[in-house]
Amino acid sequence: MTTTLIFMAVLMIVVAWWLLRQTAGTEPWQESAMGAITGGHGGRSFIQVDRKLGLFVFLAVATSLFSLFISAYMMRMELGDWRPLKDPSLLWWNTGALVLSSVAMQWARNNNKHEQLSRLRYAVLLAGVFAVAFMFGQWQAWKQLNALGLFAYTNPAYAFFYLMTGLHALHLMGGLVVWCLAAVKLLRGVELSKVNLSIELCAVYWHFLLLIWIILFGLLLST
Amino acid sequence: MAIVTHDADEYVAPAAIPEMELYHPKTWLGRYVFSQDAKVIAIQYACTAIAIGLVALVMSLLIRVQLGWPGAFDFIDPSAYIQLVTMHGMIMVVYLLTALFLGGFGNYLIPLMVGARDMVFPYLNMLSFWVYFIAVLVLVASFFVPGGSSGAGWTLYPPQAILPGTPGSDGGIILMLVSLALFIVGFTMGGLNYVVTVLQARTRGMTLMRMPLTIWGIFMATVLALLAFPALFVSAIMMLLDKIIGTSFFMPAIISMGEQLDYSGGSPILFQHLFWFFGHPEVYIVALPAFGIVSDLLSIHARKNIFGYRMMVWAIIIIGALSFIVWAHHMYVSGMNPYFGFFFATTTLIIAVPTAIKVYNWVLTLWRGNIRLNVPMLFAIGFIFTFVNGGLTGLFLGNVTIDLPLSDTMFVVAHFHMVMAVSPVLVVFGAIYHWYPKMTGRMLDDTLGKFHFWVTFLGTYAIYYPMHYLGFLGVPRRYYALEGTNFIPESAASLNEFISIAAIVVGAVQLVFIYNLFISYYRGKEAGDNPWEATTLEWQTADTPPQHGNFGEQLPLVYRWAYDYGVPGATQDYIPQNVPPSKASSGVDNAE
Amino acid sequence: MIFAIALILLVIGSVAFHFFSPWYLTPLASDWSTIDDTINITFWITGAVFVAVNLFMAWCVVKFRYKKNTRSHYQPENKKLELWLTGLTALGVAAMLAPGLYVWADFVNPPEDADILEVVGKQWQWSYRFPGDDGVLGTVDTRHTTAANPLGINPNDPNGQDDIIVATGDLHIPIDRPVKMLLRSQDVLHDFAVAEFRVKMDLVPGIVTYLWLTPTVLGTYDVLCEELCGIGHYKMRSQVVVDTQKGYSAWLKTHPTYAQTVAGTGPASNIGLSLVEKGRRLSQSSGCVACHSIDGSAGVGPTWLGLYGKTETLADGSTVVVDEAYLKESIVSPNVSIVQGYAPIMPPGNFTDEEIEALIAYTKEGVGSGS
Ligand code: HEM
Ligand SMILES: [Cu+2]
Ligand SMILES: [Cu+2]
Repeated sequence: MTTTLIFMAVLMIVVAWWLLRQTAGTEPWQESAMGAITGGHGGRSFIQVDRKLGLFVFLAVATSLFSLFISAYMMRMELGDWRPLKDPSLLWWNTGALVLSSVAMQWARNNNKHEQLSRLRYAVLLAGVFAVAFMFGQWQAWKQLNALGLFAYTNPAYAFFYLMTGLHALHLMGGLVVWCLAAVKLLRGVELSKVNLSIELCAVYWHFLLLIWIILFGLLLST
Repeated sequence: MAIVTHDADEYVAPAAIPEMELYHPKTWLGRYVFSQDAKVIAIQYACTAIAIGLVALVMSLLIRVQLGWPGAFDFIDPSAYIQLVTMHGMIMVVYLLTALFLGGFGNYLIPLMVGARDMVFPYLNMLSFWVYFIAVLVLVASFFVPGGSSGAGWTLYPPQAILPGTPGSDGGIILMLVSLALFIVGFTMGGLNYVVTVLQARTRGMTLMRMPLTIWGIFMATVLALLAFPALFVSAIMMLLDKIIGTSFFMPAIISMGEQLDYSGGSPILFQHLFWFFGHPEVYIVALPAFGIVSDLLSIHARKNIFGYRMMVWAIIIIGALSFIVWAHHMYVSGMNPYFGFFFATTTLIIAVPTAIKVYNWVLTLWRGNIRLNVPMLFAIGFIFTFVNGGLTGLFLGNVTIDLPLSDTMFVVAHFHMVMAVSPVLVVFGAIYHWYPKMTGRMLDDTLGKFHFWVTFLGTYAIYYPMHYLGFLGVPRRYYALEGTNFIPESAASLNEFISIAAIVVGAVQLVFIYNLFISYYRGKEAGDNPWEATTLEWQTADTPPQHGNFGEQLPLVYRWAYDYGVPGATQDYIPQNVPPSKASSGVDNAE
Repeated sequence: MIFAIALILLVIGSVAFHFFSPWYLTPLASDWSTIDDTINITFWITGAVFVAVNLFMAWCVVKFRYKKNTRSHYQPENKKLELWLTGLTALGVAAMLAPGLYVWADFVNPPEDADILEVVGKQWQWSYRFPGDDGVLGTVDTRHTTAANPLGINPNDPNGQDDIIVATGDLHIPIDRPVKMLLRSQDVLHDFAVAEFRVKMDLVPGIVTYLWLTPTVLGTYDVLCEELCGIGHYKMRSQVVVDTQKGYSAWLKTHPTYAQTVAGTGPASNIGLSLVEKGRRLSQSSGCVACHSIDGSAGVGPTWLGLYGKTETLADGSTVVVDEAYLKESIVSPNVSIVQGYAPIMPPGNFTDEEIEALIAYTKEGVGSGS
C-alpha cells in the first residue's frame, strides 16, 4: 500500500496547506472578517464555475484508483508464484502513439484563436487519430499475448497486464467521447468559444492518461 | 467579543452578480423524474435509500428473531441467516447511510447552505441518482437469482465469497459486486458535484471559515469517499475476475469440498487490505456528515455558538486524513504480519484524540447555553450519549491486545452499531425533524416525535449495551445458533431474547415515524420560513419550500459566520448570516 | 428535567450492569492474564470518561434549559480549556495504549521452547497434527490431499512420517507448557478461538499463521470458528482438553502417525470394529457431521436422525423414500437429488464400497430412528 499511502499523503498535505492558507488566523466570529466579502474569495456565481476544477477532482479519483492497482500489483508480486511478464515490443510503438496524441492535443490547445482555426482542426483530428491508433495497438498487444497462450488466468502478472491496460483504455475511451463531441462541433464550425473549454479539458486529461500509461508501462517493464 | 459597530459603507451592496442560467424543465418527467434540481434529486435519493433501508431493517429483525428464539421461523435456515446478515450489513452501510447522508442531505443542504442556486453540474447530478437507483435494483435482483443473494458477510472476504460453501456464490456475489461498482460510479458523479460546489459556488461573503459545520462534514466525507471508494472498486473488479475468468488475485491453492481448484498463489489478505482501505474511511464517510449536522443542531437549539469552531473544522480534517492510515485495525487477527499491529494500534488510538475534542466541544456548546429541548435537540443529545459509548468501546477494539479476545464477537457488533448505526441514525432522525419544515413548509408532529425519540433512544441502548457483554463472554458473531457451547450460560439465551424484544419494539416504532412523515405533510402545523430561528442561509430563503433556484431574485450576501447566537448587544438572540452589521444591532429583524 | 434524569439513570444503569450482570469474561484458563489486565485498565479510563461526560451533559441540560429572557453565554472558543482537554485525553490514550503494545509484543514473540502443534481447518471441521518424535512437522501441499491423507502431508518428506494425526475429535494439550499453534486452512478463512484462552487467530489458506499460550487450568474448553466460513460456520466446533502431562502422553498414543495411517495400522485403525462403529468414525473423520446432525437439530444438510425409511421431498417436488440405494446415491453423487430447502453444496464422497456400507449401516442403525 506504500504507493497509495504516498499519494494520499501528498494529497492530504496539499489540501491541508491550502486550507491552512485559507483559514489560518481568521477568527470567523469577528466581524472584521467581513473584508473577505470583497477580496479573497470572490463569490463566484454559478455560471463562472471553473469546470477545470471538476476535472481535477476527477483526476484525483482516477489517480487513487490507479495507485491502488499499482499497490495491489506490488503486493501480489511479492508472493511466491509471480513470474515476470514478457512485454510485447509493440507496447513501445503504442507508447509512441500516445505521446504523439498528447503532443497534438497540446498543439490544439495552443492554437485556439480564431485565425488558427484550420491548424486547430488539424491538431484535434490528429490527436484523435493517434489516440485511436494507441487503442488499436493495445488491442493487438492483447491478441499477441493471447496467441502465445498467455491468458489472464495463466499468471497474475498477465492478469494485471490485461486489467490495467484495459482500465487505462476505458479511461481513454471516455476521453474520446468528449473528443468526438468537440471534433464534431469544430467541423460544423461552431463558435470557437464553445469548443475551447472541451479542448483544454481534453488536453489536460490526455496528459494525465499519458503520465499514467508511462508509469504503468515502466512498472510492467521493470518487473 | 466583538461589539457590533460598523459603518454603513463597510458592507457591500448586493453587487450585480452575473446571473446563472438555470436549467428549466419543460415536462413533468423533467421536473420530477429526471430532474436536475438538487432538491428533487435529494428527495429521490432519500426516498430510495430509506425504502431499501426499511428492507434491511426488516432483515435485522429476522436476524434478531433467529438469535432470540432459535428455529422459530423455518425459512431462516443457516444459509438464509448469513444471507440476511450480509445483505442487512451491506445495505445499511452503503446503500442507506452513505447514500442518505451524501446523496440526500448533501444534495439538499449544500446549495442552500452555501448560497448557491444549484449544484454546479446538474446533469451529472441527475445521472448520479439514476446510476445509484440502478445499483439498488441490481442489488435487489440478487435476491432472485438461483442460489440467492450473497452470504459472504458484508466484508465479502474471498475465498469463501466465491466458493460453493457460501450461499449466493454464483449469481449473488456477481450481482453484488456489479452493484457496488455501479454505486461507486454513481457516487463519483455526485461527489464531483459536492466538492466543486462547495469550493466554487459559494455566494459572496461565504468564506470557508464561515461555512456551517454541516457543510464541512459533508465536504470532507465526500473527499474521503472519492478517494476511498476506488479501493472497493479495485477489489470488486479483481474478485469478479477471480470468480468469472479464474485469475488468482486473491485465491491461493484450495481444496474446496474435496476438490482441488485451479487457483494458486493468490492472497486473501490482499483483498482485506484493499477492502479495509475503503472500509475504514467508510466509517467516517458516515460519521463526518453526522458530526457536522449534529454540531449545527446543538448550536441552533442551544441558542449558542458552537464551541471551538476552528477546532471542530480542524478535527474534521485531521480525522479525515488519519482515517486513511488506520485500516488494518480490522485485521489484527487476520493473519497479516503481526508486527503491523503496533503501528495500527498507535494510529488508531491517536485518532481518538480529535474525536474526543469534538465530543468535548459538543458538550461545551450545551454548557452555558439556553437549551430548547425541541425534538431535533433530543436526537442530538441522544447522539452524544450513544456516540460517547460507542467511541469508548472503539478504544477497546483499536487496542490490538484487547482485540484478541473480542474480535469477531458480539462486542464488535455492539460497538459498530453504537457508533455507525445508532449514532448516525439518531442524527438522521434529528436532521429530518429539523429540516422537514424547510422541505415541506410544515412541522412534524411534536408528540409523535417525542415518542419516537424516547423509544428509539432507549430501545437501541437496550439492544446494544448488553450485547457488549455477550461479546465479553465470547459469543461469536455471524452465528446461526449457539447450541452445545458450554462456556455460554443458559442465561445468555434470555438476554438474547430481551435484546430481540427491544429490537422488535424499536423496529415497530419506526412505523410511527413514517406515519408522522405522511400525516404532517397534510396536517402539520405551518412552519413559516424560520421556525427554529436559525442563522444559516437555508432558513433565509424567499419561499418555503425553496423554489427552483433557491433564493429568488438575488443571491444572499453573507456577512458573518453561521453561529451568531446570543451575541451581546444584538437585538435578537440570533443574527442570520445575511444580516449586514448595521442591521444586526438596530432593531431590524429580517434579512433584506 | 426528564431528559437529565434519563441520562443519569442510563449512566447508573450501565455501571450497575457492568458490575452486577452475570455476563462477563469467562474464567481465564491460560496465562494471558495480561490481556485481562489491559481490559481492566481500559475499562477504568473509559468508564471514568463515560460517567464524567454524560453526567456533565445531564447537568447542562437542567442548568441551562431555555428561559425566555436570557441569552446564552457568548464565547466562541477557549483555547486554554481546549488545550487542557486535549492534553488530558492524550494522556489517557497513552495510558491505554502502552500496556496494549507491551502485551502485543509478548503475543507476537512466542517463547523459543514452546511445543509446536498444527491446527488445520477446512469446511467445517478441525484437525490437528503433532510433530512426533523428531519434533519437526513434515511439509504439506494441497496437491497431496486425499481421503487417505486428509492433511496433505508430503509422502516423501521424512520429517512427516512420524507426525501424529488427529483427524477429528478433541485436542489435548499439556498444562503449564507454552504451546505455539501453527494455523493452516485448506479452503477458506477460519479462526481458531477458545474463549477461556483469550487469544485467537485466523487460518488463511496459502499461509501459516500462529498463536501461542500456556494453559494453566485443567479442563475441557470449546473451540469455535470465529471467521465466517460458509453455511456450516456455526457448526465448526471442536474441544480442547487441558490435560496433565501424563494424560496428554497417553492420549497422544491413541492416535496414529502419518506412516501408520498410510499402512493402515496403528492405534485408531478400524480392524475388528463393527460396521456401525466404523461408519460412525468415518462420518466424523470425513466431516459429515459438520453438516448433518444426529440429534434432529437443523443444520446445513438434513439431519440423519430418523432418516432411514423417511419420505423426503426433493427440490423438484418429487418424493423419495430413503432406502439404501438412495443413501448410496446421496453419498457418491450428492447433487443428483437435492432435498427441498437445501443447497447443492455437499462434496461427493470418495469412498470404497466397504466404507459406504459402513456409513449406510451407521445412518440406519447407529443414529436411531427418531421420535
Ligand atoms: C434496528 C436496527 C438494527 C438492528 C436490530 C440490527 C441488528 C443486527 C444484527 C442482529 C446483526 C448480525 C450480527 C451477527 O450475527 O454478526 C447485524 C449486523 C450488521 N449490521 Fe445491523 N442492525 C440494525 C441497524 C443497522 C444499521 C443502521 C447499520 C448501519 C451501519 C447496521 C450495520 C450492520 C452491519 C455492517 C452488520 C454486519 C454484517 C456482517 O456481519 O456481515 N445495522 N445487525
Ligand atoms: Cu476502522
Ligand atoms: Cu467459520
